[in-house]
Amino acid sequence: MKQALVVARKDLLVEFRARLLLVRVIPFALLVLVLFAVALDSEPLILRAASGLVWLTMLFSTLLLVQRTYDVETQDAALEVLLTSAVEPVNVFFGKLFAAFVQLLVLSVLLVFGAIVLYGATVSGSNVVLLVTIVVSAAWGLASVGTLYGAVVANMNGRDSLLALLALPVLAPLLIGASRATEAAFGSQTIDTASGWAWVALLAVFAVVFSAAGAAAFGALMEPEA
Amino acid sequence: MVSRSTGTTTTRVIGIAAIAVLAWVVVSAFFITPADFQQGESVRIMYAHVPAAWIAYLAFITTGITSGISLARRHRTLGFDRVAGASAEVGVLFMGLALITGSLWGRLTWGTFWQWDPRLTTTLFLFVTYVGYLAVRNIDGDPHRRAKRSAILALLAVLEIPLVHFSVVLWRSLHQEASVLNPDGDVRLDDMMLFTLFSGVVGFTLVFVWMVIHRQRLATLRDLQQGVGLDAAIAARRNEGAAIAGGGQ
Repeated sequence: MKQALVVARKDLLVEFRARLLLVRVIPFALLVLVLFAVALDSEPLILRAASGLVWLTMLFSTLLLVQRTYDVETQDAALEVLLTSAVEPVNVFFGKLFAAFVQLLVLSVLLVFGAIVLYGATVSGSNVVLLVTIVVSAAWGLASVGTLYGAVVANMNGRDSLLALLALPVLAPLLIGASRATEAAFGSQTIDTASGWAWVALLAVFAVVFSAAGAAAFGALMEPEA
Repeated sequence: MVSRSTGTTTTRVIGIAAIAVLAWVVVSAFFITPADFQQGESVRIMYAHVPAAWIAYLAFITTGITSGISLARRHRTLGFDRVAGASAEVGVLFMGLALITGSLWGRLTWGTFWQWDPRLTTTLFLFVTYVGYLAVRNIDGDPHRRAKRSAILALLAVLEIPLVHFSVVLWRSLHQEASVLNPDGDVRLDDMMLFTLFSGVVGFTLVFVWMVIHRQRLATLRDLQQGVGLDAAIAARRNEGAAIAGGGQ
């Protein structure tokens, strides 16, 4: 646990010094939000699609973020050094997961605000709790899948396109769940708050399943070759 | 000495049996079985579609199980890993066939190529997932490393598919939209149709087994060739060194 926090702190420190989230991922995500609006070119349509667009943007941004954290790790074999210095692989996994989670949380809060400002989505006071739960559980799910599949493709040729091909189908349930639940939180007429909470349950299951799978698989993925 | 062919008596017998069964299926599907009273002639697509879908699922189950065994045995031998890869390749092929024949049938019966039905959507995600799995397998490198990575990926896919399916079912059930036609049912099968369908499943299974055996042997040869290629390159450098040393005398 302590080791995991040290790894998370290291990842966040690297991130803070490089400011990649600030200068590249956040502008990219906001740009995508704007481009969706331009492409759809109809205000009622954008408002109807707002929640889906937010989470689709989150999916793409997760890919960017994960690529970046593993690029840092594979340069100069930093990850191998970390693992040989008696840090348990499970702790490395949860440390990286937590660092990614913090960044994705910041990003998703910004994107929800983006949807409110740019798309005209509204959140009533009673739905704030639902929205916060969605954002937290979806960000955790994204971080766990991202950290796990980032480890699968680390050190591989053409890993950027591979990561997208592998991780996006896996993230489909998260995209469906988070989009529908956020639609409920935005006060859509087609989906009520109760079903919004049902979707949050799915998001939570998703996050737990892939955290556990990642914890189990990370050690094997990082094991040095015999 | 390694055989240059991946064929043996077993595969030849399986291959001939497959051709015989499939020839019967073609004759029966086109000429013997009747047209459906509702769907008309389009029902004949079913004789290719259902067996293809069946093989696709069989292939992915095979990949899942052999990957699990390979991982549990810590890849001491690569046999299970190669079967997993071969089976996934054939599975992607048959799932592609199932999707194509299914959408052709859908166009004729439902009036649309695609329906966002849970089963179809899950199948599509399954297809993309295994395309990704094959992409990872096709990257050159140490076979043992490849075996471990792809086994983990295959097991993650086994984890992913129920989640995808469950979320899609929930998604469709919350969106109450009128479906064009009930995707199941509407087909009344007489005995001859059932027998043809059954023969199709048997024939496609034989094709599947035949292809997996050949692909598995080919993968073995390819891994061997990589090793041989490396040895040959080292020997060539040695000879060059010897030639230079010899020329200097």
